[in-house]
Amino acid sequence: MLNWAALIIFALMLASYIMARQRAVALGGDTPAILHSRPTYHGAYVAICTALAGFGVLLIGLILSNIAIGTALVSSVPDALSPIERDLVISDGIAIANDTLASRTDELRETIAALYTKLTTLQIWGITIASIAAAVFAMLRGIGSVAVPFRARNRFEHIVGLILMVSAGIAILTTIGIVASLLGQTIVFFSDIPVWKFLFGTHWSPLSGVHEGTMDPDKVGAIPLFAGTLMITIIAMIVAVPIGLFAAIYLSDFASARARSIIKPMLEILAGIPTVVYGFFAAITVAPFLRDTGAAIGLSVSSESALAAGVVMGIMIIPFISSLSDDVINAVPQSLRDGSYGLGATKAETIRNVILPAALPGIMSAVLLGVSRAIGETMIVVMAAGQGANLTHNPLEAVTTVTVQIVALITGDTEASTAAGPAFSLGFTLFCITLIFNVWALALVRKYREVYD
Amino acid sequence: MNAPASALNTDDAIKFRCENVNVWYGPTHAIKNNDIAIHDNSVTAFIGPSGCGKSTFLRCLNRMNDTIDICRVTGTLLLDGQDIYSKDIDPVQLRARVGMVFQKPNPFPKSIYDNVGYGPRIHGLARNKVELDEIVEDSLRAAGLWDEVKDRLAAPGTGLSGGQQQRLCIARAIATRPEVLLMDEPCSALDPIATETVEELISTLGERFCVVIVTHSMQQANRISQRTAFFHLGDLVEYDTTDAIFSTPKDERTIGYVSGRFG
Repeated sequence: MLNWAALIIFALMLASYIMARQRAVALGGDTPAILHSRPTYHGAYVAICTALAGFGVLLIGLILSNIAIGTALVSSVPDALSPIERDLVISDGIAIANDTLASRTDELRETIAALYTKLTTLQIWGITIASIAAAVFAMLRGIGSVAVPFRARNRFEHIVGLILMVSAGIAILTTIGIVASLLGQTIVFFSDIPVWKFLFGTHWSPLSGVHEGTMDPDKVGAIPLFAGTLMITIIAMIVAVPIGLFAAIYLSDFASARARSIIKPMLEILAGIPTVVYGFFAAITVAPFLRDTGAAIGLSVSSESALAAGVVMGIMIIPFISSLSDDVINAVPQSLRDGSYGLGATKAETIRNVILPAALPGIMSAVLLGVSRAIGETMIVVMAAGQGANLTHNPLEAVTTVTVQIVALITGDTEASTAAGPAFSLGFTLFCITLIFNVWALALVRKYREVYD
Repeated sequence: MNAPASALNTDDAIKFRCENVNVWYGPTHAIKNNDIAIHDNSVTAFIGPSGCGKSTFLRCLNRMNDTIDICRVTGTLLLDGQDIYSKDIDPVQLRARVGMVFQKPNPFPKSIYDNVGYGPRIHGLARNKVELDEIVEDSLRAAGLWDEVKDRLAAPGTGLSGGQQQRLCIARAIATRPEVLLMDEPCSALDPIATETVEELISTLGERFCVVIVTHSMQQANRISQRTAFFHLGDLVEYDTTDAIFSTPKDERTIGYVSGRFG
């Protein structure tokens, strides 16, 4: 029914375009230049008004009436039932109305089914009629407004501007929505567990004993997770920063144009390898290699180690650092290089004394973006770092990270509502940390831009 | 071609003697078989229309063209009788002897002090901080900038005005104690007032160094140089004292250019 409504509105839109355009052409007659706006603009303006009115009423009507139906169904269930039982009864009622499988049927459920059927029929007819009526109204009004001095061109532009604004707004609203839901769940979680026990506790096994109904505040200390994340991030940056930076310097100042044209795309291919591939590379190749090498020289390396995960993560981050650094090094004006060469400096002296200091803010921001990637990276650590929260400073032992524990909580067989608390809190903390790094990186880039523009 | 010996017969020793110099950028023949003798302790101006090869020739004198992959230089370029393109010469070391100032002021994003101290530090010209301070002060004085910046040597060089920046770049070039100063249109990015200051400075420097300046402005060449070379389409058309070039040019092309008929 509603898809027919949508189709009719679409047809009205096309019709209104043709009719408004025809009318404008007729008004123009032999001297079309007297029209303020070209006939196409009149057509487009009326068409877009028709579509917005019709689809707008359709969409808003659906959202509002669904809320209204939900409220009506809830209020038809006796208050004596607990929320879980009430939800079950309602979903059974809807299932009966739709002729699908309900957990059981009784009088209450039949009543709800009847109510649901009545309300949805009303909803669909109401919305269909209202939306088509709105579209027709907008169409008639629009066609009526077509006149020689009518500024359809400017109005059309205005509406296009609004549509563009809404598109930009959706991205922002989604982000705000995600942050709000993270924040909401985190606040709920911290109403049961003290914040300081979460942030500074050193013992992490939030789900042990949770089937008894309570979460032990002494077992939700996130320090081991953040320590593990920190250690792996540091190892990754120790690998990625020098190699990435040296690669960038080679590419920008030493490589011939030919070498650059081959190496640069290859580094970008490295950036395109899915992290899950790096993950099993770490778990199946690097970790055993490190374990065996360690054993050969008398070191005990566990088969899931922070070192293996960190090194592979570092390799994953190299292309980011090198690509971003290459861009900022290239952005250092050639005139500065010439100035340094002209004073009798070698290439290496020029890079060390002139180019790197000039490019430093940009390189720093590349490093910080790399750090925020390392902190948020999940697949490599899930496969190669380990699961147990182990507070250690030894990179040869298994550690776990914030992201690994979120995966474990959400994919585990504990009820979602229980696991969500610690998972959301970890996610929110992680979000705050990466946000700080990203804002810091952007601030550095902005500072850098001011130097040269 | 060779200039008439009489016109150039002064006491100044010859610093650069260049014979049969050719430069190619890939397949483009940018400098065609040029000969020129550049004198010490004087200012020599290279003039000519855009693309005539005057900057290219200038950049041969300190081998800056080496930094361009497709550029090829042949011929003999003798600095104090020594071939600067011979294998015995380290181009990096050569550029400390033959300093260069560029079209656009290009101070490093460092303090004024570090800008000037950059060359001396690289080449180990100062044994300690006191000597470096002296070099920096002398160079800034020679560039006529000392009084304006002596109280803010730690301030960034990029914060100076355009004219000050260019004088800072000149001080930076002087600080490595070069024998020759090459200037590639040093005033083209400056306003008239700053240009006047820098021109006066160049005239003064001409008494101490061999200065070679590329310029688009014939008035500027007339004002500050003792000798002028006119380039056209890669040829060194005419080379003589500045007075002779502007008052009694011999070649038709030079006459056309200095009288403003083309260029």
